[in-house]
Amino acid sequence: MKTSALRAQLEKSLGSIIPAPFSPRRPAPAEMVASGIPEIDHLTGGLPRGYLTEISGPIGSGRTSLLISLLSALTKREESCALVDGRDSFDPCGAEEAGVALGRLLLVRCNNIEQALRAADLLLHGGGFGLVALDLSDLPIASVRRVPLNVWFRFRRMVENTPTVFMLLEQESCAKTCASLVLRLEMKMARWRSILKSSDGNSQPTLLSGLQFNAEVMRCRFECGKSDDGRAGGSASGDSSEGTRCSFESKPAWIELTKKRRKNSEA
Amino acid sequence: MPFACIHVPNFILQAALRIEPGLRTRPAGILDGIPPFVTVIAKNKKAGSLGLQIGMTKSQAEQIQGLQLRRRSIEHEAAAHAALVDLALSFSPRIEETAADTIILDLEGLAQLFGGFEKLAQRLGWRAKKFGLSAQVAVGSNPEAAQLAARGFAGVTVLAPDEETECLGSLPITALNLSLEIRETLERWGVRTCQALAALPVAQLSERLGQEGVRLQELARGASGRALIPTIAAMEFEEAMELDTAVSELEPLSFLLGRLLDQLCERLSARALATNEIRLKMELERGEEEIFGIAEKHQNLVYGQSTLADSSSRRETVAPRDDTGWNRGDTDKQNGARPPGRVDLRPDSTKSDAAPLIYEHALRLPLAMRDSKALLRLWRLHLESHPPASPIVKITMAAEPAKIRFAQSGLFVPLSPDPEKLEITMARTGHFVGAANIGSPELLDTHRPLSFRVARFNPLEASSSANDSAEPSVSSEFSLGVSSKISSVGSGPLLSATALRVFRPAIPARVEARDNAPARVYFGGVWGDVMAASGPWRSSGDWWTEDPWNQDEWDLEIEFPVPAAKETNAFSHTAKGTPKTESARAHGVYRIVRESAGGNWFVRGVYD
Repeated sequence: MKTSALRAQLEKSLGSIIPAPFSPRRPAPAEMVASGIPEIDHLTGGLPRGYLTEISGPIGSGRTSLLISLLSALTKREESCALVDGRDSFDPCGAEEAGVALGRLLLVRCNNIEQALRAADLLLHGGGFGLVALDLSDLPIASVRRVPLNVWFRFRRMVENTPTVFMLLEQESCAKTCASLVLRLEMKMARWRSILKSSDGNSQPTLLSGLQFNAEVMRCRFECGKSDDGRAGGSASGDSSEGTRCSFESKPAWIELTKKRRKNSEA
Repeated sequence: MPFACIHVPNFILQAALRIEPGLRTRPAGILDGIPPFVTVIAKNKKAGSLGLQIGMTKSQAEQIQGLQLRRRSIEHEAAAHAALVDLALSFSPRIEETAADTIILDLEGLAQLFGGFEKLAQRLGWRAKKFGLSAQVAVGSNPEAAQLAARGFAGVTVLAPDEETECLGSLPITALNLSLEIRETLERWGVRTCQALAALPVAQLSERLGQEGVRLQELARGASGRALIPTIAAMEFEEAMELDTAVSELEPLSFLLGRLLDQLCERLSARALATNEIRLKMELERGEEEIFGIAEKHQNLVYGQSTLADSSSRRETVAPRDDTGWNRGDTDKQNGARPPGRVDLRPDSTKSDAAPLIYEHALRLPLAMRDSKALLRLWRLHLESHPPASPIVKITMAAEPAKIRFAQSGLFVPLSPDPEKLEITMARTGHFVGAANIGSPELLDTHRPLSFRVARFNPLEASSSANDSAEPSVSSEFSLGVSSKISSVGSGPLLSATALRVFRPAIPARVEARDNAPARVYFGGVWGDVMAASGPWRSSGDWWTEDPWNQDEWDLEIEFPVPAAKETNAFSHTAKGTPKTESARAHGVYRIVRESAGGNWFVRGVYD
């Protein structure tokens, strides 16, 4: 009997039990977690658990704002998060103002890339975190480029089938195919609020009221933009690498805090 | 009322074997006495077969090939007795510490629980083996009968209420712990067993031996009716080990620590307890430099957070623990003691010159645990980073008892790392990044910018405090009838908040001002044009301390030419990482600070 005939016969006999016994098994849809920025969630469907997500961009491109938003969202849900800070640049004061529950955040302050990679390895191995963020943004690009690809493969394998979002922040994408979602950010513009006028009548920018960023999906192994809350948006699909863009804005935390206090005092 | 008795024969030897199980398969003897009158006081069967006898001098015993000789250790015996007490308490709350090697238990109501006295006695014996002790167990209707049977018969013995006289009858009268005078009298009469003693007429026995004779006959019949004297066991868990040869390497040391931890955890387990603090104290061998007082190189010796100090001043040098659970050497100042972490090798008239050096550390855990392997890993990590300076001659380990942590997992419980795994992960990470660089950031109660400290990360505490704080708000929501939508907006996170990346340390900068506002900024080897500025935001504080601060903060949008910006890390990132746009210039919003004291400018961070 020819192979094709045998295959057809098997498919026919097993058809009622297994619809396609010889086709490769589709990966289970990834559970997506809302990043806390509606525009990003709309663009990507959230950030996937159990996969490596890469956020790249130059300094001032909004990577940290995205990280803080995600930390805020996850710690609000009482999940424990870990941040491996490659160059000790984390600002806990700003993070708390942004709503991050610092008691649920494990911060590892590193001095070099070796420490950061080792710490991330241990944290992923230990497991149990909703988010493990490896922040290599302030480290020299050359040293990040020198990280062997097998390190990223190892991280990808470690985080696979776990409920952990593994986020990698850097200036240039370096995890290559190990990353399931790659976002490229850049700063669009800064917004300044003019509240005083100079003697010649021209307004002077006196307050930083926000920053606008552009986000572009460089790689996404999921169907993006399916849900607003980002929880059910991730279903496995082919590698759709066509660029998808969005813009989002971040505001200094004190603006919201001032508004809140004003409301409270009025109430 | 039934009673059980646990008796450990050859207790002195067994106490040593419990700490050093390797000796069980080898001929071993225990020595005791003041030199030069050191004699053998205990031996095992293998040693006996080689010719070792009780009472032999040390020099005689040393002539026997292959014999392992150990000094008697009161600490080992105390630990073995404490283990025996823990074992008994794991079965019955009413126990009597009859002797160091004998414990009597009240078994009232336990037969149904364990499926009969025989099974209970077997479990007692089996459990004693887990504690490293080979015990003889007997159950009787009164404490004396049980004790007599436990001392007289090997293995497990259960005396039926009607057959006690018959069972105990085969025992020699020496089992009754007679005085020499009565023993000689009984031997003259030809009474050599309990059965013969029990058969004597009571009145005539009383006439000849008095009330002591009657008491002994009751014992021989198994009819003594004394009441149990219950003891309240102290909650102390300590194990010690004296080493014949000093240990200087981590591998053998961790092997010994593992053994002590196993024993401690087993004892805690018997009492349904765990520990949240383990204290390790090691006596170190005093080297020549210490003996001869050459102490310069050790004058500032500090093992991280542990201290090395003279044993006689241990209390002074035990550094209190901070929130992270590690000893800090800087608190002795409060007690007026010597500077922290220093070796006190000065001659002291009240101390002997040969007083040992002590290495002490307390491992404080955020949760109660009794997994000896996990605890050993934590100790290994600590000792790897803070090794003792000299070889170790004695180890003492004590555990602070705590209630077991009960945790029920659920489908909707938020994701959190396993506490025991987390503790090991943190210790391993802290090993190479430093213990002070891992933990949960905690803001300080000050207005000084960017002030925080790294506290111990404990998600369990965080969740409990969150729950505590959440309760009132929930009740107020219900009482005020606030809709869930409004409450979620009000208490929800502040989304898309602009974050600041901090440069540590701050980067020195030069600023050219125009109209009292920065117009050009130089840092990272290049000048940048200020496109927009916000400030100055003046703040000051701590003027009443030695470290005051007074500064003007500016938020500046700066544009830099890309090619020239390559020198510093912070700025080179800007240049290299920025995609080449039409203008080929990089721009970002920076926070720049001017110190009022010196007028110096620094770049504090960048909005990212």
